[in-house]
Amino acid sequence: MTDTPTMALEARHLVKQYPGVLAVDGVSFAVPEGTCFGLLGPNGAGKTTTVEIIEGVTRPTSGDVYYYGEIAGARFREETGVQFQSTALQDFITVRETLEMFHALYERQADLDHVIEQCSLGDLLDRDNRKLSGGQRQRLLLAVALVNRPKLVFLDEPTTGLDPQARRNFWALVQSIREEGATIVLTTHYMDEAHVLCDEIAIMDEGKIVTQGSPEALLHDRYGDKLINLPHGEIRRPNLEDLFLDLTGHSLRA
Amino acid sequence: MWRRIYAIFKARNREFMRDRASLSWNLILPVALVFGLSFAFDGQRDEYTVGVLQDAAEVDTAEHPFLDTKYVRFVAYDDLDEAMRKVERHQLDLLIDFGPPTRYWVNPTAPKGYFIEFALLQSSSGDSDLVTREQIAGEPVRYADWVLPGILGMNMMFSCMFGVGYVVVRYRKNGFLKRLRATPLTSLEFITAQVASRMVLIMIITAFVYTGTHLLLDTRMEGSYLTLFAVGIVGAISMVSLGLIVSARVMSEELAGGLLNMINWPMMLLSGVWFSLEGTGETVQLISKLFPLTHVLDSARAVILDGATFGDVAPSLAALTLLSAVFLGIGAAIFRWERF
Repeated sequence: MTDTPTMALEARHLVKQYPGVLAVDGVSFAVPEGTCFGLLGPNGAGKTTTVEIIEGVTRPTSGDVYYYGEIAGARFREETGVQFQSTALQDFITVRETLEMFHALYERQADLDHVIEQCSLGDLLDRDNRKLSGGQRQRLLLAVALVNRPKLVFLDEPTTGLDPQARRNFWALVQSIREEGATIVLTTHYMDEAHVLCDEIAIMDEGKIVTQGSPEALLHDRYGDKLINLPHGEIRRPNLEDLFLDLTGHSLRA
Repeated sequence: MWRRIYAIFKARNREFMRDRASLSWNLILPVALVFGLSFAFDGQRDEYTVGVLQDAAEVDTAEHPFLDTKYVRFVAYDDLDEAMRKVERHQLDLLIDFGPPTRYWVNPTAPKGYFIEFALLQSSSGDSDLVTREQIAGEPVRYADWVLPGILGMNMMFSCMFGVGYVVVRYRKNGFLKRLRATPLTSLEFITAQVASRMVLIMIITAFVYTGTHLLLDTRMEGSYLTLFAVGIVGAISMVSLGLIVSARVMSEELAGGLLNMINWPMMLLSGVWFSLEGTGETVQLISKLFPLTHVLDSARAVILDGATFGDVAPSLAALTLLSAVFLGIGAAIFRWERF
């Protein structure tokens, strides 16, 4: 007999109707504690709206969100971290001040030095938010999402617009957060990203989940009879991303 | 709760204080206006103003032909002390009570009082025995003395309304509010932090501008600085609260700008920033009482020019507090974090 996993998050029958557009059409899924769940789909599929309903920043037309078996409320806000697809931060405020401000909004607090080290922000602490590059900004937004030692972290298309080097490093960062025990909900339209990071994925289109399962299981179900398994270490042609990373290195730049 | 409010308060203060262009504008504009207006208008009041100790409309003009005198504005008063103080300050050229017996008060050091007295005696058939003359001495209130509270109040109004209204709409538009929404911060905590931040900043700026102008122009101060400070704080809260109503739901900065101007301009024109509303119609005076700026200016001028005490301005402060409570209640009830 196997133990039933604890569900960190459950979305039940979420619906969001905008005038003339049914953005989310009865979406339900559950995320076991300590896993990384990916919500995939093309642009306009309803991923971001679904996640924003769960995060509590968009009101659903109907449906409920449960956090560890309870309707998501004050505890949910205290124990979750969110990185939105695009968030402006205050002008004229430094990285350190931004982190300190968000840190002060929570009762449950992470060790800021650890978050700064984890997100490689040590050299940027006194820099104005407006002067950060795309990758630095994403790391800061992730750090902001971690200032409360979240049990559940939402990452909404976190690597959109980043160069291959920054993406790889961001993935490593997400892996490290997961290793610390956090549950992760990731939306992305990069399939390689979902493959590397997610234990389970749901693919959305036109506001509905069209399929759900582990990446390997989904591939096997669909292409089982057409797949040739190769030894780990895959055989493929080098691509431009390999060339870019070979020439510029894998390490993160401040 | 207080830690969260303080965190938002501190961050907003830093954002404002480090925006040098905006800060400079908040300091330079009011000083420049006071200097410019005092230079342009000091002593330039063309019309004669006469106070009448009963409603001029009720006085028989056939019996008192003085009321038909051209180029004289007659303003009704029912409070003798207040009207006499205006004569003392040269804000009224002459005060008359048709009695009977007819009495009038004039300031012998006021040049315009000297001439309007001639007109009065002329209309009394030159028989000075028909009227009783009383003298009131006192230094004039210069236009700079009078307009300084107006400019400071106007600057406070623009800074409070735009400084909160516009900023909150910008935060909503660029997604910063949405990010805060995903934290334990409540809308009441956010609004409190915004009100507190703007109140502190505008009080510092106003105190700075007032001190500078007071020292440079040697403006009048008859009352207590503490009372004036209380008027400033209560006034700032009421105007920030009004700005919050505008910003509670609006998504576009252009719309917010339009709405804020739609409130600010009538408020500025009908609150007596530039010129006194004395003698204007009852409707105008009634409308003006709905604007917080009117109560701020009436109280500030009473303290600065007439030495009013805290007790004297308490009714205006109560009106401002009531307006703030109404504005804040509406603002918090309709406030939205998200864009849609």
